[in-house]
Amino acid sequence: MIELVCEIALGILGLSLALTFARLVRGPALEDRALALDMISTTSVAVAAVAAVRYRSSVYLDVAVVLGLIAFIGTVAFARYLERGEKQ
Amino acid sequence: MIGTLVDGLVALFTLLGSLAVLVAAVGLLRMPDLYTRMQATSKAATLGAILVLIGTAVAFGSTAITVKSLIVVVFLALTVPVASHMLARAGYVAGVRMRDPNAIDELDGRYEVSTHRLLAGRDVEKPSTRD
Repeated sequence: MIELVCEIALGILGLSLALTFARLVRGPALEDRALALDMISTTSVAVAAVAAVRYRSSVYLDVAVVLGLIAFIGTVAFARYLERGEKQ
Repeated sequence: MIGTLVDGLVALFTLLGSLAVLVAAVGLLRMPDLYTRMQATSKAATLGAILVLIGTAVAFGSTAITVKSLIVVVFLALTVPVASHMLARAGYVAGVRMRDPNAIDELDGRYEVSTHRLLAGRDVEKPSTRD
């Protein structure tokens, strides 16, 4: 039963990844794209957590930890870059 | 008996969390401007990820994995507001507009974009129009 629930949840998360990707492609501003990238990494944390339950393996939780770190650093770097770029 | 209860809790948290992430994705796609999109993703998506992680902690039921998911939960709750605030400020500095042209911009004329200085009180002579 848990396997089925996890697969349904993975499907829902995949659908939201597709919707987020549509925003990433459509833009219109660079900030919207950076926001979509941030959202993709947050969704990936959720995907890793569901995969940990589905495959009964705690390794996926380490993936979630690292993805959370990378998401923060990446978004901060993008924001700094966008702000700096407008200044000159 | 306990196993069924745990399974039910895990199913509840996982489904609720992924539905919250789906709502966030729909909001990201359908909201009219950068700032409204930002509040959709930064709140709903974080809630979804946190719910899914709680479900994972319940599913394994071991201390090490609970601590590990708690670390991710705390980390998300600490960093997502900071990251989206920085992104919103980058958008504001870059001149991304709100959808409604009549929306009230409280920072208008009170924020020096080049120095990031916030002017207050008598520093403000008159609200200039920021186009």
